[in-house]
Amino acid sequence: MKYETVIGLEVHVELATQSKIFCSCSAHSYGAEPNEHVCPACCGMPGMLPVVNKRVVDYGMKAGLMLGCHINRVTTFDKKSYYYPDLPAAYQTTQWFAPVAVNGLVEIETSKGKKGVRIKQIHMEEDAGKLVHDIREDTTHVDFNRTSVPLIEIVSQPDLSSAEEVVAYLDRLKNLLRYARVAECEMAHGTMRCDVNLSVRPEGSDKLGVRTEMKNMNSIEAIKRAIEYETARHIDALENNTEVLVQETRRWDDIKGKSFAMRTKETAGDYRYFPDPNVMPVVIDDNWFDEIKSSLPEFPEVKRERYMSEYGLGEYDTEQITKSIALCECFEEAAKTCGDAKNAANWIISEVMSILNLRQMTYDMLTVSGKSLGELITLVSGGKVGRANAKKILAAMFDDASINPEEYANANGFVISNDTGLIDKVVKEVVESDPKSVADYKGGKEKALMALFGRCMKELKGNCDPQTLRKILIEYIDKI
Amino acid sequence: MIYTAKKDVNSACKIVAEDMLLTTDMPTAAGSKMLDGYMSLLEAEVLTILKDKGYGVCGKADVGEFAIDLLGETSYNGANTADGKLLNSSSEILKANEADAVIALDVNGTTRRAAAQNGLVSVKPTYGTVSRYGTVPVACSGETVSVMAKDAKTCRKVLDDIAGHDDKDGTSLPESEIAKKADAKEIKRIAIINDMMADVSDDVKANIDSAVAKLDVEVVNIDSSVIASSRPAWNILMSAELCNNVSRYDGVKYGHRAEKFSGIDELYTNSRTEAFGDLLKTAIIFGSETLSTENYMKVYDKALRTRRVIVEEFAKIFAEFDAVMIPACSKAFYTEDDVKADKYVSYKENFYTAPASITGLPAVVAGGVQLIGKAFSENALLELASKI
Repeated sequence: MKYETVIGLEVHVELATQSKIFCSCSAHSYGAEPNEHVCPACCGMPGMLPVVNKRVVDYGMKAGLMLGCHINRVTTFDKKSYYYPDLPAAYQTTQWFAPVAVNGLVEIETSKGKKGVRIKQIHMEEDAGKLVHDIREDTTHVDFNRTSVPLIEIVSQPDLSSAEEVVAYLDRLKNLLRYARVAECEMAHGTMRCDVNLSVRPEGSDKLGVRTEMKNMNSIEAIKRAIEYETARHIDALENNTEVLVQETRRWDDIKGKSFAMRTKETAGDYRYFPDPNVMPVVIDDNWFDEIKSSLPEFPEVKRERYMSEYGLGEYDTEQITKSIALCECFEEAAKTCGDAKNAANWIISEVMSILNLRQMTYDMLTVSGKSLGELITLVSGGKVGRANAKKILAAMFDDASINPEEYANANGFVISNDTGLIDKVVKEVVESDPKSVADYKGGKEKALMALFGRCMKELKGNCDPQTLRKILIEYIDKI
Repeated sequence: MIYTAKKDVNSACKIVAEDMLLTTDMPTAAGSKMLDGYMSLLEAEVLTILKDKGYGVCGKADVGEFAIDLLGETSYNGANTADGKLLNSSSEILKANEADAVIALDVNGTTRRAAAQNGLVSVKPTYGTVSRYGTVPVACSGETVSVMAKDAKTCRKVLDDIAGHDDKDGTSLPESEIAKKADAKEIKRIAIINDMMADVSDDVKANIDSAVAKLDVEVVNIDSSVIASSRPAWNILMSAELCNNVSRYDGVKYGHRAEKFSGIDELYTNSRTEAFGDLLKTAIIFGSETLSTENYMKVYDKALRTRRVIVEEFAKIFAEFDAVMIPACSKAFYTEDDVKADKYVSYKENFYTAPASITGLPAVVAGGVQLIGKAFSENALLELASKI
């Protein structure tokens, strides 16, 4: 019998706000000492009252709109109770009754074509802390830096049917949320986490099979492996009666390549949700809604379409630039400033992206402004600065985004000289010092000319129009 | 009386804080062994305000465990008694002239009841007009910081000084709302709710009669079974919120930790079993049940809806009357034997305090009677109370 897999995802995404959801502690604890970013509020001590970080609601709305959701204009926070040492108040503040966004739709594309994945809801909530187990001492340490860091949980309908679709869906979420600049979505950093709800049924059946929930996949590859393993396990159970499937939560062990049922103690329990009386319902009025809506970026595919039709870019260039909203913004502004979109695209792809890669920065970390880049491109195309020196200026702009390219070129002697007297002098010196290359060139070796050209350019510190130099050099050699 | 006194406080107006308000220079136990010796990192906003305004905070008054009892019978320090009668530490402190006013957290009406049995004045202001920042949370949807003193004038002064918006409290009302207090109209018509008078003792009835005789207002007796249904609804909401709020005391981070345990589950269970008293445990179990998936709609959600019906009932009454007069207790004093015979006395006595707690309306107790007014009418209520 043929089977089909039915998958729904619960994706947790850490929002990229500066501070935590209900207090002013920093939400960024990467590299911090344990319990450095904590206060009585996020430690759940008595007496502190939660005050909603408005930016979290902004980001929640943005995420909802990017994923095609309806925004609930009155959204409320609720308490979810359970005991665990990483949850200092013994309750998590989340959204149970009126989440910020519902009923969305995300389009994905796989080898089988395009497909819509329905979003059930997106709710905002606080993260829990971290437990660090010390095997040597047989103790457990608690780090509350992460408690109350804002999260959204994106709950999909069971519309996915393969690992390929799941990967496409996660990529799409990551792309859209990064475009809206609300989250980093990096599984390796824990800023995107994914639980997989999976069941299997005979192909064509409209009845859902027994569903299991898998946790603890820390990479896209682990998710793929987990889905493949779990699908096979379900089919095996149905075909060969190897085991009886039960609805349960399972932990994925990526090293063993297997999923294991979690102890019922870890998963059972009644969360006793109820509205948090300390957090007033958040009312999103028209002004607020419109402000958020108008702040959203163009969707990636709209941009791609426009880049090709409006700027005349090729498919490859378009794909490269639209990988990141920061690259898009830089490109658009640079194209506007220098008036040459294709040249701007070339600079982004060949120079900007290579420096980002070299420095191991994500594309979204780009701080160089499009305006400055456009000015730099204008300097090069106007013959004021040589390309090699322009690259040096660009590198300096990466270090200090406030650098004005023209001022920097002037201050550092990167301006092309129109002094042909100087060029003549350098050409004469270089040619006289290297008669062998001159002879080689005259004997028909084009490469020998390039060597002489390079040495001249070096002597001139790059501040020379290459065409002019080439012309003078050839004329000089011809005269010999 | 049981309280931690600070000897070196010199001030024209001395304040004692009930032990539900967090202090950084004195421990805060909230009447529970769980928090014995707990030193807070933050101070109750109202105490900070009062200190800034020249008041002297000269001590902490003991309170029943998390202030849910009405008689002070459940403090881990033991009941505070004289001649077998259960006494409230805060009211005893005032009677002994140890302080001019007590700042309390009115969770379940403890200070209103204490004022009634001792002929003192207590005001529970409109919900949201005084910051709850730095108070030990129990039933956050209804509890408010309250003031108790010997006379209405002192209550008024202290309340005026502590009322105001606080950014640190998400339920704190904006200043423009709080300012409505200044517009409170003189009270001319009062309704006595017959349903609240059925089970009270003769001395409480006499207090009501005496108050009516002293006041130059029109008094009408009306029926309202809705207001009389406040208690069960409030007990559900209070217990549920309490269950959730005290779950943070688990022996892991601070507070009482059991000496013997094996594993994290036993650490929780043993610490809480040892540190919590019977009444609190009952409330925790009751509250936990009301929030279970099975009972939420049947019980908790119904209580929330009942709260709205009660608020609407008050609104209807206030269309005709300026205030409501009801008792604050069924009888003035209970003995230790009474509580031994029925340990849930407090859960029954709040029949009289629950209407103001569940609605967030202002309530003033004076001369052994309780006046409940429209939102922001506390000044008018205190004005009336000064004549009782």
